Amino acid sequence: MRIVALAGKRLAASLPTLLLILVGIFCLLQFAPGDTVDAMLAQMGGGDAAIAADLRRFYGLDLSVAEQLTRYLWRLVRLDLGFSAIYGKPVATVILERLPATLSLMGASLSFAFAAGMALGVIAARRVNRWPDTLISTLGLIFYATPSFWFGLMAIVLFSVHLQWLPAGGFGDVAMGYTGARRVLDIAWHLVLPTLTLGLIFLAIYLRIMRASMLEVLSLDFVRTARAKGLRETRIITRHVLRNALLPMVTLIGLQAGTMLGGAVVVESVFSLPGLGRLAYESVVQRDLNTLLGIVFVSALLVIAVNFLVDMLYARLDPRIGA
Amino acid sequence: MRRALLAYLRNPASVLGAVLVLAVLAMGLAAPLLFPNDPLGLAGRPLQWPGANPRFPLGTDPSGRDIMAQLFHGARVSLLIGFVATLVATAIGIAIGALAGFYSGLVDTVLMRLTEAFQTLPNFLLLLVLVAVFGSQIETVTIAIGLVSWPPVARLTRAEFLTLRTREFVQAARVQGLSDIHLMLREVLPNALPPVIVYASVVMAVAILLESALAFLQLSDPNVPSWGNLIGLGRNVLRVEWYVSAIPGVAILLTILGVSLVGQGLNDALNPRITGR
Repeated sequence: MRIVALAGKRLAASLPTLLLILVGIFCLLQFAPGDTVDAMLAQMGGGDAAIAADLRRFYGLDLSVAEQLTRYLWRLVRLDLGFSAIYGKPVATVILERLPATLSLMGASLSFAFAAGMALGVIAARRVNRWPDTLISTLGLIFYATPSFWFGLMAIVLFSVHLQWLPAGGFGDVAMGYTGARRVLDIAWHLVLPTLTLGLIFLAIYLRIMRASMLEVLSLDFVRTARAKGLRETRIITRHVLRNALLPMVTLIGLQAGTMLGGAVVVESVFSLPGLGRLAYESVVQRDLNTLLGIVFVSALLVIAVNFLVDMLYARLDPRIGA
Repeated sequence: MRRALLAYLRNPASVLGAVLVLAVLAMGLAAPLLFPNDPLGLAGRPLQWPGANPRFPLGTDPSGRDIMAQLFHGARVSLLIGFVATLVATAIGIAIGALAGFYSGLVDTVLMRLTEAFQTLPNFLLLLVLVAVFGSQIETVTIAIGLVSWPPVARLTRAEFLTLRTREFVQAARVQGLSDIHLMLREVLPNALPPVIVYASVVMAVAILLESALAFLQLSDPNVPSWGNLIGLGRNVLRVEWYVSAIPGVAILLTILGVSLVGQGLNDALNPRITGR
């Protein structure tokens, strides 16, 4: 019950943030050269001023900025994101079609980075300042400095072109017409390289935090007590140290959610995945501002949702929170 | 200061970082001397492999431009964008963090809500929106990168100000009737600055990565020789002539590595408590 109340409070607190983002981005897009009608006319191959004026009236673009903003926010409350002139579909539909690829990519990358970062961090902390630690820390530094899109391209050259082990891109092989479990496996197979690519930098961050956090906890009194009780080292690590050392890692998931979504834009472009990030890139190139605004809204919701889940998890892991 | 310098020089990793950063800086400075011609102009037959032609030690790209020349001129661009964007981000971050931490109350609430809004929005997405709206000239891109990178600086500065403003030397200055501006700029800020400067290295690394990612998507200024741009161009010939993308990527990797190592070295040198870890 306490956790639910805490969660409710957190969600309510994120509403003004969301409003601030929407109003800010809406005002920002007022500066954009050309509006939706210009983009549509360009696609139709031009049109006279009367048609443009008609279309503007139809889309409500002849109203004042304040009125447009009010209308937009009111539509958002009803989860109506508007209409994409480029795709010829409601923006909500376009985004929903793209969401699965992004969510699976982010979920897989996060799990990979978290698990591998935790394991490597623990090993490095247990062999601190000896060669395994030096090796892992150096690898972490190099991974941190590697641009994800470049790593992705090099992985394609090595694993797809030369070794031909893994597919170079796409979200499953549509031509093969797989269904059910076979399709899931196919998609997972296509996601191996993108997951590694997006997860690499987060792996570097997680392993560094895990190592520092382990060292911090290992120096605390209760660990000495556990050792004095004669517990075996493995049990001390798993039962006593790991639980406490994991707390900063969990915090980090929430902090990194936005960065990860931003990274997905680039990785989805490299591997031509039909995801939200690629949609964002396409709508910038095609000046589809309605869709771009919709993506901003959905991304903000996504980040808020991840942070909310992290808060809940944190409250479960650490009973001192919210007491 | 001397002790910090010695501590810095005693760490081989920090020295390596400094060497890397200085090497990139030297590349950028030497670029107009070694390659006086336009690096984006036609230099020779396209797609010559590195080493195939002694005139082009690193080969040529799909448009027949010298990769080595682009690499040197790209160093200039990357460092300049990284530096200016970091300056913008640090200035905004310090201003907002200082006001929030010094005054607390309503000012703090409003400014922190703003920071939170910026942090909730994925920074690369915001960068895309800014580029879509204001265009992709190099100046716009640089300022846009600064505009999306300040929130962590603001949080850090605020935390420093919150602890420092109650300290005795600040109270003493306040009792002397000195203005808030004086207290903020002359008393608190100099003491809050060291961790912020260390963090600026992280901001710079991220700024360089953001620019190269933007250029890779061909959304940055196409008239500027940029490493990310070259990687993006090499993508079309990736299957065979993969070196076009590979070479500038190594340059980015080494630059970011250098900047991070310098940041880490500064941190260890300025915080003697945690050395030896």
